[in-house]
Amino acid sequence: MIGEASAGPAPIDIQELFKEAGATALIIFALTFSLVGFKSEDVPGGLAIITRFDNVLVATFLAFVGRVGWVLLRQGHPIPVLVIAVPVTAILTTALLSKALFSAEITTVLERILPFGAPVINWLITILAAVFAIRAAVALQRAGSAITAEEREEMMDRAGARVQRAARVVGPLFLAFAIILPFLPMADRRVIDIAILVVTYIMLGWGLNIVVGLAGLLDLGYVAFYAVGAYSYALLAQYYDLGFWICLPFAGLMAASAGIILGFPVLRLRGDYLAIVTLGFGEMIRIILLNWYEFTNGPDGLSGIPRPTFFGLPFTRNPPEGVETFHSFFNLTYSSTDRIIFLYYVILVMALATNLFTLRIRKLPIGRAWEALREDEIACRSLGINPRNTKLTAFAIGAMFGGFGGAFFATRLGFISPESFTFIESAVILAIVVLGGMGSQIGVVFAAILLIGLPEVFRELHQYRMLAFGAAMVLIMVWRPQGLLAHREPTLRLPERPPKAARLAGARK
Amino acid sequence: MEYFTQQLINGLTLGAIYGMIAIGYTMVYGIIGMINFAHGEIFMIGAFISIIAFLLLGTLGITWVPLALLIVLLVAMVLTPVYCWALERVAYRPLRDSPRLAALITAIGMSIFLQNYVQLLQGARVKPLQPVITGGFEFMRTANFSVVLSYLQILIIVLTITLMAVFTLLIHRTTMGRAQRACEQDLGMAALVGVNVDRTISFTFVVGATLASFAGMVFLLNYGVIDFFIGFLAGIKAFTAAVLGGIGSLPGAMLGGILIGLIEAFWSAYFTVEYKDVAAYSILVLVLIFRPTGLLGKPDIEKV
Repeated sequence: MIGEASAGPAPIDIQELFKEAGATALIIFALTFSLVGFKSEDVPGGLAIITRFDNVLVATFLAFVGRVGWVLLRQGHPIPVLVIAVPVTAILTTALLSKALFSAEITTVLERILPFGAPVINWLITILAAVFAIRAAVALQRAGSAITAEEREEMMDRAGARVQRAARVVGPLFLAFAIILPFLPMADRRVIDIAILVVTYIMLGWGLNIVVGLAGLLDLGYVAFYAVGAYSYALLAQYYDLGFWICLPFAGLMAASAGIILGFPVLRLRGDYLAIVTLGFGEMIRIILLNWYEFTNGPDGLSGIPRPTFFGLPFTRNPPEGVETFHSFFNLTYSSTDRIIFLYYVILVMALATNLFTLRIRKLPIGRAWEALREDEIACRSLGINPRNTKLTAFAIGAMFGGFGGAFFATRLGFISPESFTFIESAVILAIVVLGGMGSQIGVVFAAILLIGLPEVFRELHQYRMLAFGAAMVLIMVWRPQGLLAHREPTLRLPERPPKAARLAGARK
Repeated sequence: MEYFTQQLINGLTLGAIYGMIAIGYTMVYGIIGMINFAHGEIFMIGAFISIIAFLLLGTLGITWVPLALLIVLLVAMVLTPVYCWALERVAYRPLRDSPRLAALITAIGMSIFLQNYVQLLQGARVKPLQPVITGGFEFMRTANFSVVLSYLQILIIVLTITLMAVFTLLIHRTTMGRAQRACEQDLGMAALVGVNVDRTISFTFVVGATLASFAGMVFLLNYGVIDFFIGFLAGIKAFTAAVLGGIGSLPGAMLGGILIGLIEAFWSAYFTVEYKDVAAYSILVLVLIFRPTGLLGKPDIEKV
């Protein structure tokens, strides 16, 4: 035993262990005591208090145990962590899945093990336990030393590079899948609706990526341009009786103009000030839409926005006399999903156009100037790049795509109101860009599927969606400030050349 | 004239709330140069802890108003800063050397998280509180209008001035306050002469949160209703106040807060109530464009 102790890691520092774990438990207790422990509940005639101390105690206990595990891992003792974490994960998973696996009697017994009432939080605890188990196992395999931050950074960077290289193969596959999606057997109306939503956010993410990812301007008011696009289309359709396809360029143009008007005075501001000002603009536009009742119909919104047509052929069941419709023109039986499928293709084409535009403009001088500006503004200025005009183009082009997205949003729902254009919407789009890795096109796709598609599929998680959003933004920034799939390939690579001396020697021969 | 005086009183009360929140923004910006976007949520949590404390005292039967107020104030001012402390420790400290935008995005994430945390735990409905302090002085009586200076408003202004005095003493007379000012001037140098920088930054966050929780309690008393979303608007307005006063300047924050409060009160009174938030945002934009250093701020020069 003695020989083993001298060769192995240092003995557990019990005092430090309990000090740290105790402090963590105390803080968690202080945090949860007030807002978790008491709930103000609506009762007739005011508010009453109900208590939930069981949750507070469980949370405190879990925090204590978790911190003990953390400290043990840090001190190089993975075995006790592993011994505890693996059975805990197994038991919790069984209990969580008991409904699907066992009969009712066993389920009721097993579910008593679960620490919290809400299944989502139980799952979270289970995942945390699993993370502990995995980390302990990894540490054990690497003879007790945990992965250092640099190693992790390097691993993530390599993963990002691999994904980007794979994107050249996976991208077309994704695209092919996206194209045939409506005709797959599993594609019912709900699936296509979710797909439309996801692709809309992918398009918005790609549009915002121009501003945030390429030009490095943190825009917290992107939803303003989305709103301008939506309202431009709705109002043009209402006042001048124009169709979607004629209005689409106008909506983009209006949004781009709004971008120039708003951007012109503020783009010389420094990054974080710019962010707050754009947020202010976004809110201002929403408040104006809300209160300019004569023009925008205020909080009631605009309804009856016309649907897009297929080269002039509408998707209606009973058209007015003498109007050819899509199904009659192609001799099909009428199906209400035709219109949904058509909408899906419209947004898909719009999103792909955005992507193509971004990919191409990155190679142009203006695109390079954006990226250079993101890296160092002062250096750019000394190289003769006009920062204001360069930023303004990025802002306007990003706004234009926002406007296109907005027009599509209006035509898809047929109804818009200022409700749809709150700050949270901006934050969601920004989260998609940031989580995917700023400037990464494929990252936006992954993040949009993750953040928009998953919560739509798991409806019962809906109320936790924004909570998870916020937490994910924080965790990813703390863990990896560049974003999940960020890996910057140099845009230009000089060919390898032999050292100068060797070349000279070669020339002399 | 009577109407004007009434709006002046209302504006000052509102301004005291904004000023108290603005100090938190300005202190944090002064010391680590980041916009603590989640500070408005700390204010909101302060208001929620206050309402829970009031309801608890009601069920326990402590209804003597001064005692109840004192207890609620203490509870809110002790429990709320724990949130801010944890926030700094978990979300901001690891990012201290990262680019500014990373910290700002984290702060936005934290703001969304805290909003939904409170919404999930306490419900999305508006929470009403029975008025705790009623009545007031009436003066300048005319036929159809009289100015009311409520006891509550007097209490708010007196408490604000007291708290400001304590706060000024804390910053100028104590060791921790001296360390705070040293860190504000130069973090690296302060660390070299033996100031515990981490602890000082935590202290800054905690002090800011204490003032914000006071503002939350006052907001609750003044308006009588709160929901989980109040932190967003109040936070933006307080940030505007901090920028208007000159970010990094403590008297500037209070001054900016009072100005924003007055502008909002008069705008609502003489122009349109619907656009009062637009007025606040416009001031933010105009100040940032024409006088980014604010009224009392020092210029910020970017060095290469």
